[in-house]
Amino acid sequence: MSVSAAPSAVAPAAGGPLPIERVDLRREFNEVGIGEVLDQLDRELIGLKPVKTRIREIASLLLIERIRKRMGLTSEVPTLHMSFTGNPGTGKTTVALRIASILHKLGFVRRGQVVSVTRDELVGQYIGHTAPKTKEILKKAMGGVLFIDEAYYLHRPDNERDYGQEAIEILLQVMESQREDLVVILAGYGDRMDKFFGSNPGFRSRIAHHIDFPDYADDELLAIAELMLGDMNYKFSADARAAFVRYITLRKTQPLFSNARSIRNALDRMRLRQANRLVADLDRVLTADEIMSLEAPDVLASRVFSNAP
Amino acid sequence: MNDLSMTIRGKDRYKSGVMEYKKMGYWEPDYEPKDIDIIALFRVTPQDGVDPIEASAAVAGESSTATWTVVWTDRLTAAEKYRAKCYHVDPVPNSPGQYFAYIAYDLDLFENGSIANLSASIIGNVFGFKPLKALRLEDMRLPVAYVKTFQGPATGIVVERERMDKFGRPLLGATVKPKLGLSGRNYGRVVYEALKGGLDFTKDDENINSQPFMHWRERFLYCMEAVNKAQAATGEIKGTYLNVTAGTMEDMYERAEFAKQLGSVVIMIDLVIGYTAIQSMAKWARRNDMILHLHRAGHSTYTRQRNHGVSFRVIAKWMRLAGVDHIHAGTVVGKLEGDPATTRGYYDICREDHNPMRLEHGVFFEQNWASLNKMMPVASGGIHAGQMHQLLDHLGEDVVLQFGGGTIGHPMGIQAGATANRVALEAMILARNEGRDYLHEGPEILARAAQTCTPLKAALEVWKDVTFNYESTDMPDYAPTASVSM
Amino acid sequence: MRVTQGAFSFLPDLTDEQISAQVQYCLGKGWAVNIEFTDDPHPRNTFWEMWGLPMFDLRDAAGVLMELNECRKVYGNSYIRMSAFDSSPGWESVRLSFLVNRPKDEPGFRLERHEVEGRNIRYTTKSYATDRPEGIRYGGK
Repeated sequence: MSVSAAPSAVAPAAGGPLPIERVDLRREFNEVGIGEVLDQLDRELIGLKPVKTRIREIASLLLIERIRKRMGLTSEVPTLHMSFTGNPGTGKTTVALRIASILHKLGFVRRGQVVSVTRDELVGQYIGHTAPKTKEILKKAMGGVLFIDEAYYLHRPDNERDYGQEAIEILLQVMESQREDLVVILAGYGDRMDKFFGSNPGFRSRIAHHIDFPDYADDELLAIAELMLGDMNYKFSADARAAFVRYITLRKTQPLFSNARSIRNALDRMRLRQANRLVADLDRVLTADEIMSLEAPDVLASRVFSNAP
Repeated sequence: MNDLSMTIRGKDRYKSGVMEYKKMGYWEPDYEPKDIDIIALFRVTPQDGVDPIEASAAVAGESSTATWTVVWTDRLTAAEKYRAKCYHVDPVPNSPGQYFAYIAYDLDLFENGSIANLSASIIGNVFGFKPLKALRLEDMRLPVAYVKTFQGPATGIVVERERMDKFGRPLLGATVKPKLGLSGRNYGRVVYEALKGGLDFTKDDENINSQPFMHWRERFLYCMEAVNKAQAATGEIKGTYLNVTAGTMEDMYERAEFAKQLGSVVIMIDLVIGYTAIQSMAKWARRNDMILHLHRAGHSTYTRQRNHGVSFRVIAKWMRLAGVDHIHAGTVVGKLEGDPATTRGYYDICREDHNPMRLEHGVFFEQNWASLNKMMPVASGGIHAGQMHQLLDHLGEDVVLQFGGGTIGHPMGIQAGATANRVALEAMILARNEGRDYLHEGPEILARAAQTCTPLKAALEVWKDVTFNYESTDMPDYAPTASVSM
Repeated sequence: MRVTQGAFSFLPDLTDEQISAQVQYCLGKGWAVNIEFTDDPHPRNTFWEMWGLPMFDLRDAAGVLMELNECRKVYGNSYIRMSAFDSSPGWESVRLSFLVNRPKDEPGFRLERHEVEGRNIRYTTKSYATDRPEGIRYGGK
């Protein structure tokens, strides 16, 4: 389990004032500060147009919902549980953090932390083990967002007595009865999530927002690579960049490709090769430019090229 | 004025005759105090025409090795080590004719674990020294090596709370009134009513010992009947500070033993019994699982005047070393002396493990208490339920609030008085924890609580206008932004 | 009678909303909140039964309330208290403790006096409820 702390903010006071009649929308938008979060999302994540559009839609809906509540036009706690589908490395965790921040700023969750778990942290090994484990995690996620990665592993259709079922039941109950206390985000591969929802209709009906995370296009992956390198004070030489474009095309056809995550791993290995190349010749004076530059051989030594058909 | 050493060195130093103190080595502006030195800060008011440096050096001399004339026997000792060294003198802000003198003492000048020995040196002779108009011991820095030679509070705040099973709120007490004249049976009645009504403690007053109207055994027996009965009536642990102060140590031990035999959780002594007796009783209290309450009877004779005597912050430090668990430390809003900033300084000395230098609270030195137990300050004298928000704000949570008149003087009786105080306190803690601005909303919070508590309503009505707003006679010399020029 | 242990027993019984606010105060200070229950409220009964372990690392009171409600389902006619532990150096003990549940009827305590030599008395406080075995006090079967 990993917990990401949210900036502390004051929870909305209980028993608010009388319903208001009019509202200055721009002021409202500026005051809650979700604009900054949306901008941050734009900056941080390359591409992902459809995702960003969906997040903006949800943010707008919640902003209006919040105003409606204050005007006394609604008293319902909206269902906010979500599913994020898409391949690994498509930005689901990052988006979960930003969503939590938006929900927190709008007052739909009280604390805004994200508790990120997988099956192992929810499901026990023996009878009586699962409920306390699941509840432990739920308690920590209260006031924030519970992000369950590869949620379909909770369900093992081949084993009727799998303890995962117990976790599912507790989750469903809390998702229904404590909507004001936490938001659950279920994440995983699209096709497997579809199957999971098919056999667990309880989840499908409790999910308000489905967001699909597309794979990155080649040029987006290149842009991601350059962004990551820039953050680390590295850069591609012109040749290296050209080689990396070919790398991306090849890598995508090979197994276990996981978008941005694969890019990060590839860059780490290239930095290793660059360092090795530099140290191989000790009798020289290095410039900052040389130390920052990844060259074509650093890219081309990858197994991706030798494995290519 | 701090730049020149005037010490005479070599063989001229020990020539027979009279020599100025500042030339004998008691003024050493270049001296850097060692971590294991004891440092004292004096407020020196020299007689007209006396050089403040010479006056300060004289204080260093007279509180350590010097006498009025040169003695050759100094040369048989490591005299330079044993001489207290005045290393800095500062004019007191806004007080013409007064000076702060910083004096460092070598640790070997003192016996381990003895307040009597410490005070015999530091305040022994020097306060009557003729070239001074007045002298006040303002503060002391006690090195950890010295602190560790003392037992410290017999019980400490944490263990006291564990034993009493009371957490998260100030404790409540009341001194039995009238302080003199009640028979044991009548006295116990007050204790029972106050404890059953909701107080945690009741207290003997400082001068209740063993008098013709009530001998001590009568008091102890009736009080413990009252404590046990109140305990059964409420399901809470209760206590009454049985004052064991007496003419001799033997009598005090006898009374303490009897209190223990009767199952009391706390006994009490007065400051006037003396430092050694206090340390003895602290050791007894530690051995016998007893909370030790100290009434600071008599302290104002030497703590109150700003130019002469010993500051209460020094007394508080000595008492924490000596080992008492409770000490009266001021109320800010009540009837007795105490401005808010100075009182805050006393409370920090009682309750913190580490005191940073805070001139605005009158705390001149950083002090490390090295995990010595904490003392519970007691606020007593002219306070009532209507001030609960101010008391909580000024004094915090680890404090005993003693409402004597504010309990016993309640128009509906003692139980009602106790209940009013307890309800006011709980309502205020509840509100504070809920994040409310309890200091400003205090009166509103109390009024709200009074809606379901008639005794509180009556208390707020009776004492609504009672305040004690007098100019304080002892305030910090430094404004919040000031710093010592060193 | 009414057992007045804990920080808020002189106030009307706290609502769940009030309990949440107190728990949130504790969590905000970094204290671990613990739920304990007993059917023996003797003032010297220090060790009440623990409902699970103290809850560490929680951000929001809702988690604690979830456990409290579970505990009430099972021990709804017992005394239940919340205690908050502070592990910081120099304290390492309870910082706040208050009752959040009590039996419908509280029979209270009997004070037994055993007269000994002189006018000395040895006092014993006995809980009426503990005349019956643990688990079937307060009208339980």
